[in-house]
Amino acid sequence: MAKRVSLSGNEAVAFGMKQINPDVVAAFPITPSTEVPQYFSQFVANGQVDTEFVPVESEHSAMSACLGAAAAGGRVMTATASAGLALMWEMLYVGASMRTPLVLAVTNRALSGPINIHNDHSDTMGARDSGWIQLYSESAQEAYDNLIQAVRIGEHKDVQLPVMVCYDGFITSHAVENLEMLEDADVKNFVGENRIAPYALLGKEPMSMGPLDLPNHYFEHKRLQAEAMKNAKNVILEVAAEYEKLSGRKYSFFEEYKMEDAEAAIVVINSTAGTAKYVVDNLRAQGKKVGLIKIRVFRPFPAEEIAKALKNVKAVAIMDKLDGFSASGGPLFNEVRSAMYGVADGKIVTSYIYGLGGRDVTSVNIEKVYSDLFSAIETGKYEVYNYLGVRE
Amino acid sequence: MPNLKELSAKKVRLTGGHRMCAGCGAPMVVNWVLKALKDEQKAVISNATGCLEVSTCLYPYTAWKDSWVHTAFENAAATGSGVEAAYRAMKRKGTLKDDYKFIAFGGDGGTYDIGLQSLSGAMERGHDLLYVCYDNGAYMNTGIQRSSATPMGADTTTSPAGKVKPGKQQYRKDLAEIMVSHHIPYVAQTVPVIPGTPYMFDLCNKAEKAFSIEGPKFMNVLTPCPRGWRIDTATELEVIKAAVDTCFWPLYEVENGVYKINYIPKEKKPITEWLKPQGRFKHLFKPENEHIIKMIQEEVDRRWEKLLYLAKVK
Repeated sequence: MAKRVSLSGNEAVAFGMKQINPDVVAAFPITPSTEVPQYFSQFVANGQVDTEFVPVESEHSAMSACLGAAAAGGRVMTATASAGLALMWEMLYVGASMRTPLVLAVTNRALSGPINIHNDHSDTMGARDSGWIQLYSESAQEAYDNLIQAVRIGEHKDVQLPVMVCYDGFITSHAVENLEMLEDADVKNFVGENRIAPYALLGKEPMSMGPLDLPNHYFEHKRLQAEAMKNAKNVILEVAAEYEKLSGRKYSFFEEYKMEDAEAAIVVINSTAGTAKYVVDNLRAQGKKVGLIKIRVFRPFPAEEIAKALKNVKAVAIMDKLDGFSASGGPLFNEVRSAMYGVADGKIVTSYIYGLGGRDVTSVNIEKVYSDLFSAIETGKYEVYNYLGVRE
Repeated sequence: MPNLKELSAKKVRLTGGHRMCAGCGAPMVVNWVLKALKDEQKAVISNATGCLEVSTCLYPYTAWKDSWVHTAFENAAATGSGVEAAYRAMKRKGTLKDDYKFIAFGGDGGTYDIGLQSLSGAMERGHDLLYVCYDNGAYMNTGIQRSSATPMGADTTTSPAGKVKPGKQQYRKDLAEIMVSHHIPYVAQTVPVIPGTPYMFDLCNKAEKAFSIEGPKFMNVLTPCPRGWRIDTATELEVIKAAVDTCFWPLYEVENGVYKINYIPKEKKPITEWLKPQGRFKHLFKPENEHIIKMIQEEVDRRWEKLLYLAKVK
């Protein structure tokens, strides 16, 4: 039986970690992620978990210790945000290439500078090509559900990759929501017993990990890593199906909200989807054919599936909560537009950069995006690159 | 006290066939440290990026008989502490039966400089880890750039001896003392095994002692690099002897805060005996640089006197 609880996103993640009971958590505090290691260290202090908690002196060491622990064969988790993720950068790539499954909960926060503690997606979007699987979460419920599924996805024999579970700083990390938590035993059963990975530093045979890999082998290893990311697509769906049986909650690569006959759609990530769904409902009540796609899995990128989902719209606005500074739209925009090429051609496709550094995104902002889309459909005139909610 | 016959019969844990330069001191230091383990004892080794790392594990080969991990340059201690943490959790849960020792190896670049924070953190947290720095006094892997371990006056590729600046302008950082200030159970400074010296087994004794102590341990080993020091490989141990006899590199240990000097030369040799054989100090012997040698001598004397005081040697 599931339990109805009221928790903040950080609490939900910390409680999820407690239920998973990993071998090692190595973490360093950073706003707005700090509560996760804080709650978790209390579980350790109370003897409620078997985990070795390593209170490292930096995020670089947090990720290094996590990689060491995962290479040793343990089940490993950590949490961070923003500059913390940036300090881990070097080790993110190493972890993915070493094929060490571990789970990192990221409360999305703007990257410095200027320093800003509030939400946008500049941190994890910058890490999108580090080789990690990335799962995004609209709510505390989704952060919790993603966290539990992440263990299974990353540890799957065909994947063996680290996984980031991303949720919005403060908006999701600190706001208290009602959610359903699984029973401890169900989580334990779902993730399976922690056992020493068969090929590991503490495994049966001694093992060398992290060799120098020169041009005659490096490319093949990267090719295998790319294959693992491709394999992750099936595994993500398999794990989601199994999780649905347990929880009753359905997960896929993305959520389609009122997309069946939608003429104007937006593509969005994380908590803004909540505001956008409210707007969709209001506009639908007025008879407007609007819908939205909320990305859950950004890596691996479900290109074919997204293109298919956008096949029947007339116009789509793709919303990035970061500026990629490419002078041609954010990363989500570029990847979705690229996915559509040859599959969903002839559409109006626009980019909106919004909410940087925690700038509030209201229903009025989202209404404007839909109204821009309808105006584009009617007049054929529109701007491709847009900023939303900024003073200019 | 070990004897040579017994030590020679022990299992070699870093095999030949690796690609370190002829005469490199690092593999010799590694093997002497690992000989302090009992043959049946298991170990996991964490290695900072550097000469030792790139030359001993080139895919698909490894020279390491024990489990070995490398992740990056600045984090051998943090990576090792993660392995040790996983071990503790597994032992507690009963999923792992075997006992392991945990060792980290790094050069002076990976230890004194870019890895200092990671080392300090791991030592402070109290992991059961022996960190061994093979200190050859520069970033040798990238082509002999100065580190904070480089001795004053040395000509390196980033502290070149020029007309205005005759080599490195600063004295070396005293890392062993920084480790002592962490109040960890064991800190030692030593040199490779040099047959015929009274301190021939100093490294072996210290490694053995380190392995017998639970908790964080640090050993700093002066390690010859014939390329960087510009010396003949055949003379490298003589140069190391000079480092000990001039008290540039005192052999000492600090066990639970108590200092012990393991070798006090009967006659302290002038610093020129350490400087003279090395090409990297050649320019110091020009008349206009005499004052630098004097300064180096004064600093070596000052540090040696301080050590004598700390070790309560009258």
